[in-house]
Amino acid sequence: MAGLADTSVISEDEAPKAQSFTLRIRRFNPESGQAPYWVEHTVELEPHRSVLEALLQAKARFDGSIGVRCSCRAAICGSCGVRINGQPGLACHTHLDKALAGAKDGVIVVEPMGNMPVIKDLIVDMDAVHWKKIKRVTPWLINKEPIPEREYIVEREAMVDVTQTMACIQCGACVSDCLSMEVDPEFIGPAALAKAYRFVGDPRDAQQFERLNDLSHDPAGIYDCTHCFKCIDACPKGVAPMSQIMRLRRRAGSDHHITDPNNGHRHEQAFVTLVKQGGLLHEAELLPRSYGGDSWFGKFAPPAGLELIDSLPVITKAVLRRKVTPKAALLPHKIPKQDLKGIQRIFNQIESKDQRLEFNLYISGTDEDNMETTA
Amino acid sequence: MPAHDVLIIGAGLAGQRAALAAADAGATVAILSKVHPVRSHSVAAAGGINAAIAQDDDWRSHAYDTVKGSDFIGDQDAIEVMCREAPEEVLHLEHIGVTFHRNETGNLDLRAFGGASMKRTAYVADITGQAILHVLYEQLMKYHQRLDSYEEWFTTSLIQDEDGACVGCVARDIRTGRMEIFRAKNVILASGGAGQCFKPTTNGLICTGDGIAQAYRIGAPLMDMEMIQYHPTTLAENGFLITEGARGEGAHLLNSKGERFMEKYAPNKMELASRDVVSRAEQTEINEGRGVGLDGQGIYLDITVVPKRRVLEALREIVNIGKDFAGVDITAEPIIIQPGQHYIMGGVKTDVDGRTPVDGLYAAGEVACVSVHGGNRLGANSLLDTLIFGRRSGEHAAERARSMPMPKIPDSRLRQDELWIDSIISRDKSGRRISEIKEELGTAMNRNVAVFREEKGLQTALETVQRLQEEAKTSYIDDRGTVFNQDVLGAIELGYMLDCAESIVTAAIERTESRGAQFRTDYPERNDEEWLKHIDLVKSSDGPKVSYSPVTITQWQPEERKY
Repeated sequence: MAGLADTSVISEDEAPKAQSFTLRIRRFNPESGQAPYWVEHTVELEPHRSVLEALLQAKARFDGSIGVRCSCRAAICGSCGVRINGQPGLACHTHLDKALAGAKDGVIVVEPMGNMPVIKDLIVDMDAVHWKKIKRVTPWLINKEPIPEREYIVEREAMVDVTQTMACIQCGACVSDCLSMEVDPEFIGPAALAKAYRFVGDPRDAQQFERLNDLSHDPAGIYDCTHCFKCIDACPKGVAPMSQIMRLRRRAGSDHHITDPNNGHRHEQAFVTLVKQGGLLHEAELLPRSYGGDSWFGKFAPPAGLELIDSLPVITKAVLRRKVTPKAALLPHKIPKQDLKGIQRIFNQIESKDQRLEFNLYISGTDEDNMETTA
Repeated sequence: MPAHDVLIIGAGLAGQRAALAAADAGATVAILSKVHPVRSHSVAAAGGINAAIAQDDDWRSHAYDTVKGSDFIGDQDAIEVMCREAPEEVLHLEHIGVTFHRNETGNLDLRAFGGASMKRTAYVADITGQAILHVLYEQLMKYHQRLDSYEEWFTTSLIQDEDGACVGCVARDIRTGRMEIFRAKNVILASGGAGQCFKPTTNGLICTGDGIAQAYRIGAPLMDMEMIQYHPTTLAENGFLITEGARGEGAHLLNSKGERFMEKYAPNKMELASRDVVSRAEQTEINEGRGVGLDGQGIYLDITVVPKRRVLEALREIVNIGKDFAGVDITAEPIIIQPGQHYIMGGVKTDVDGRTPVDGLYAAGEVACVSVHGGNRLGANSLLDTLIFGRRSGEHAAERARSMPMPKIPDSRLRQDELWIDSIISRDKSGRRISEIKEELGTAMNRNVAVFREEKGLQTALETVQRLQEEAKTSYIDDRGTVFNQDVLGAIELGYMLDCAESIVTAAIERTESRGAQFRTDYPERNDEEWLKHIDLVKSSDGPKVSYSPVTITQWQPEERKY
């Protein structure tokens, strides 16, 4: 058997010792008529205990009025979503020593999640944002008919695949720091779109095309995500909402050939073509190709012209602020031939596969599963 | 004042299943819960759900395993109902969207579980409870126009009419502090267990025995309260659950000498004997000095014998728990576990339709005692229990509602609970803190009412509980507000927990034999002649009043229990 030590019994002296940790908690009492304020509490706990345990100790010993939702303490009920040192996550899932390492001045800062109104202290209104968006994606199975007498016969991999999104505990951490939602509060958002994938990826659902069509046509739908990776970082359960959004796009665009009025799919295609041809993105070509067709001639198509005229103020502003120069706009950046070849090899490799490679935690594991170091 | 045919208190698996069933039967339904439904503790159930669904399986085999697991005080009529209806229920779950694991032919895959004579546990990785709970909540969202959901409402008491029938409840909107009377023709309690009476426990902080105490306070009898399940594999570090699925997939238990000690205690089933048997074996090894870890209080669970790919696919959650909460990579090294409080077999006494002896009051799930689990619950039977008896309660209550008028409740009833809460909020700071009392209760229960029990320890526990009941009356809180005043709810929950603890200890003292989870070192033998019966408890002015009720035996006579 692996790893069994000779001295398997540990005495009290060898066990981790309690240390002092100071929390700075953002508090807000809606009944007081006062603005939010900060309080500090110092607790005594072993370093591998969680921020939630620290909050509960502060609540138990010093002030029972600190508001925080919590129940399971083991990252499965999804109640205790907060921001710790500015990063969204579960309080029960964050160790004190790790939190301290990420603290600026030796004090662990705990505040409510973002993008949702605060009710009291660390408690936010999930109904107003999170659940409203979940309800937007028709979050129940629409059965393929006829419903079989026994179970639906479905591929083993298909069920394992949707289990990754089923693992979402609806904690709201991804919603808290979604940058797109900050800019466009209408954005359906990472959690709800991951939920949508749970049905689109489920072979028992009868309305996969309709769901994808709906989410492609909605200006706040799948093409409203800007690939910032924040939700992947935030998710305590490895659901990787952004990856699910990208899979929705691939299914919509490549499998169901849905072209959306938001031009999201064509934009993505133009992006890929440009990188494949030149190794780098050529911004000046991107917009005309997205609207006029994915080739050099795209810029002469009428829709591209209209879009260019429409975008003139933005383009002018960008030139004035030196975000782009006319020279760089006309002549793309070049990379060494060797590097370009390398990039094209990657494209060839991927495109030569019969099946689209899909990343899935439950099937392929994470990098961490194969390495000692963690990200 | 909201009024419904069926009011369900608690929104875990039993509550949501009851709500959907009652709505399908045409009743008007309200489902009310102190937490958002997906936060309910059903979410933590990991391993799976039992059903004799395989072609070569038979529900009678499942029933026999359950009877034997219960150490022969499960009621066999109820067990028959549960096991017979299990396959249909699991298929229903599959049809509404639960993402059950499949085998190579695309059919439901089944895994091995403790106390079962064959593989009959359907599962979704090791997040089965979560998957089912979230899928039921999907259905609840689908039914949004057919039922009213009151999320984050805390029930303070059940209401009875002059004849003693239950006709509703008083509840507090946690977000605003507003109190409201909910009128109902029938009330279904589905508010879960009471694990917080113990520390440590695998149960969430919300599992404070609310429904058990609320029913007890209006005269409903409690049954089998002495039967407390200690799960064999909880993380030594902090009591978190490590699913029985790990052993189902083949993991070994090892003592400090590296021995698979289960061969001494259960040579046939080894690690997959009933939970009470495995927990006792572990505790014996620990007590005899063959434990590992801190002070030798743990046992090794070695999951490295399971292929890594299978672990990552089917036991993902405990990979995370090992990594995040114990700093152990379970695919590479053993993890240290110990028996820990997990489940309460007892609860509010019901029949197979969820009816309690109080008219209009039903109970289903962990809050209830049908009794299908008797002295010891088999793993993966709890999800089944919640769903079968949740559905049956919902259907029966909807049917009963058809032929009766909506009860009337005077507004003045509200005042009683408002005054009660005001009195807690305005207590002066001379008593003890709630958190101190809770801590002392949990520690005392875990020390004296655990895997091994004896008269002296139990009496100590009873004295402690009774003293804490007095102290709780003057315990004080800090929060004087109305919005999300969790402090005042904590004070009420403490009262519920103390009621539950008193019943648990009283019944454990009463039963002078060893059966299932109740092992008395001073009465180490099972005694069918005197104790093949349930202990019922009814509230009286001087604590729980004891009486007995017979065990229903249909086709399986008690026999020696060996694994």
